[in-house]
Amino acid sequence: MSAVLEAGLVSVLNGFAIGFLLFILAIGLSLVFGMMDVLNLAHGALFLGGAYLGTAFVGARPSWGAFLAALAVAAVAGLAAGGALSLMTEPLRKRSHLDQALLTLGVALVVAELLTIVFGDDPLTIAAPPGLNGSIGILGITYPAYRLALIGVGAVLALVVYLVVDRTRVGALIRATVADREMVATLGVDNRLVKAAVFAVGSLLATTAGVLGGPVYGARPGLDAAVLILALVVVVIGGLGSARGALVGALIIGQVDTLGRALLPDLASFILFGALALVLVLRPQGLFGGAHGTVPAR
Amino acid sequence: MFLQVRELVSGYDRSTVLNGVDLELAAGATLGLLGRNGVGKSTLIMTLMGLVPVTSGSIRVEGTELAGRRPDVVAKAGVALVPQGRRVWASLTVDEHLALASRGRRGGAWTVDGVFDLLPRLAERRRQYAGQLSGGEQQMLAVARAVLTNPRLVLLDEPSDGLAPAIVDQVAGMITTMRAAGVAVLLVEQDLHLAFAVSDEIAVMEKGRIVHRVPTAEFRRDPGTAQRLLGVA
Ligand SMILES: Nc1ncnc2c1ncn2[C@@H]1O[C@H](COP(=O)(O)OP(=O)(O)OP(=O)(O)O)[C@@H](O)[C@H]1O
Ligand SMILES: [Mg+2]
Repeated sequence: MSAVLEAGLVSVLNGFAIGFLLFILAIGLSLVFGMMDVLNLAHGALFLGGAYLGTAFVGARPSWGAFLAALAVAAVAGLAAGGALSLMTEPLRKRSHLDQALLTLGVALVVAELLTIVFGDDPLTIAAPPGLNGSIGILGITYPAYRLALIGVGAVLALVVYLVVDRTRVGALIRATVADREMVATLGVDNRLVKAAVFAVGSLLATTAGVLGGPVYGARPGLDAAVLILALVVVVIGGLGSARGALVGALIIGQVDTLGRALLPDLASFILFGALALVLVLRPQGLFGGAHGTVPAR
Repeated sequence: MFLQVRELVSGYDRSTVLNGVDLELAAGATLGLLGRNGVGKSTLIMTLMGLVPVTSGSIRVEGTELAGRRPDVVAKAGVALVPQGRRVWASLTVDEHLALASRGRRGGAWTVDGVFDLLPRLAERRRQYAGQLSGGEQQMLAVARAVLTNPRLVLLDEPSDGLAPAIVDQVAGMITTMRAAGVAVLLVEQDLHLAFAVSDEIAVMEKGRIVHRVPTAEFRRDPGTAQRLLGVA
């Protein structure tokens, strides 16, 4: 196979790895913003917190036990952090988006600083669990086994989250709250509980994504902002509060980002925001943002 | 009295809309509420439901004070809403709407199957998204969503708006069925035929107050007053 094709295939696979991870990260951001107008800028810090938990548990001496323990602790920490963020933003419910964004930005900065104090300035790496630390041959190329596993786990997790939102009773409650939360309240449902639950599970997914992504992306200061921006681009492209939009947006951005980095490394972020601008010009509500809200009376 | 509203004042950021509404409704009674555009009928409905904040005054349902309570608390006290403009969720199917409305309320008189018996058209559309329904079907869905909470008071805000006469008859049928089941109904309407067909009494709002209230038959015998208050014959 030619070198160009091989590089292309590697880039596509990398794109899927980051794409599914981005969906897992972006879905909580999108649903919380879509349903409660809370823009959680601390979402990237949750991812980084998960990644550092991975380094703390796994470090350079990998074992499945340590990796799974990191995942479990990150999940619990994510749930708790999401619940706390939901409580913190509640008093600002009637204030502007900007006030809420400032609060969560403040939390993000504090958390990032604390992580730096604890874990230092240097980029840290997490070794892949045993058995996944080598490379394997696939479609005529050799590719890191952990990344392949990440694509598989990410795809399954993304599919499960998507189906829960799109097909189940709980998902219907979430979609209804995104579309028109006042009407949900008139059925006797306390909107704050829905928000807290989605906030908690969304945060769990963010910290978990940090651990899962650890062996590929590591943990370093600034990673929180980098993934937050990617996730925000996904949310805007996909449409606020749309699970389908977040999935499609994440897969597109995963490909655009890796392809951009492979072909034009200096211009990668321009290509990313170019894609964002293109979507905003053609469909300001996002790719799947139009199908939401209540139906205008005819 | 089942519903007792006293001196209710409410409105929006810059404007007071309700200027002291007094209103009583007996259990199982239907009151038709008329009034020109913009007099505050929807604001009254939304304030009763807890969706517009109360400035002062009292809203009691069976003696329980609900002024200033959250809409989910009001709903749990037995009040349901069919809002102006229907406000069904575009991205949910008919089945999903009804499942959410009847959630955790097994044993009530109204069931999803019972509603489908009354509204066979909705049963045919079970798996469709609300955004794909016709206006009449959406209205049926909004009514079904409200009754499935098994309320004792239903607030309906212009349910006939934009519907064909045959569908308005179906709405009237649903209201009559609710009433027969002992549900109190507060019906805001511009369609006088519908209001007269289902209401025990007619009340008229003007400038954020209820200024007139008589039995339906009496209201119909007095076209002069109707003309004066509503600008219609
Ligand atoms: N969300 C809102 N914010 C600010 N003002 C509002 C809002 N909704 C209604 N109003 C104003 O409150 C007043 C009463 O409106 P309301 O919708 O209660 O009237 P209505 O009697 O229901 O009219 P219609 O028959 O047209 O439905 C109007 O002057 C309207 O402009
Ligand atoms: Mg109105």
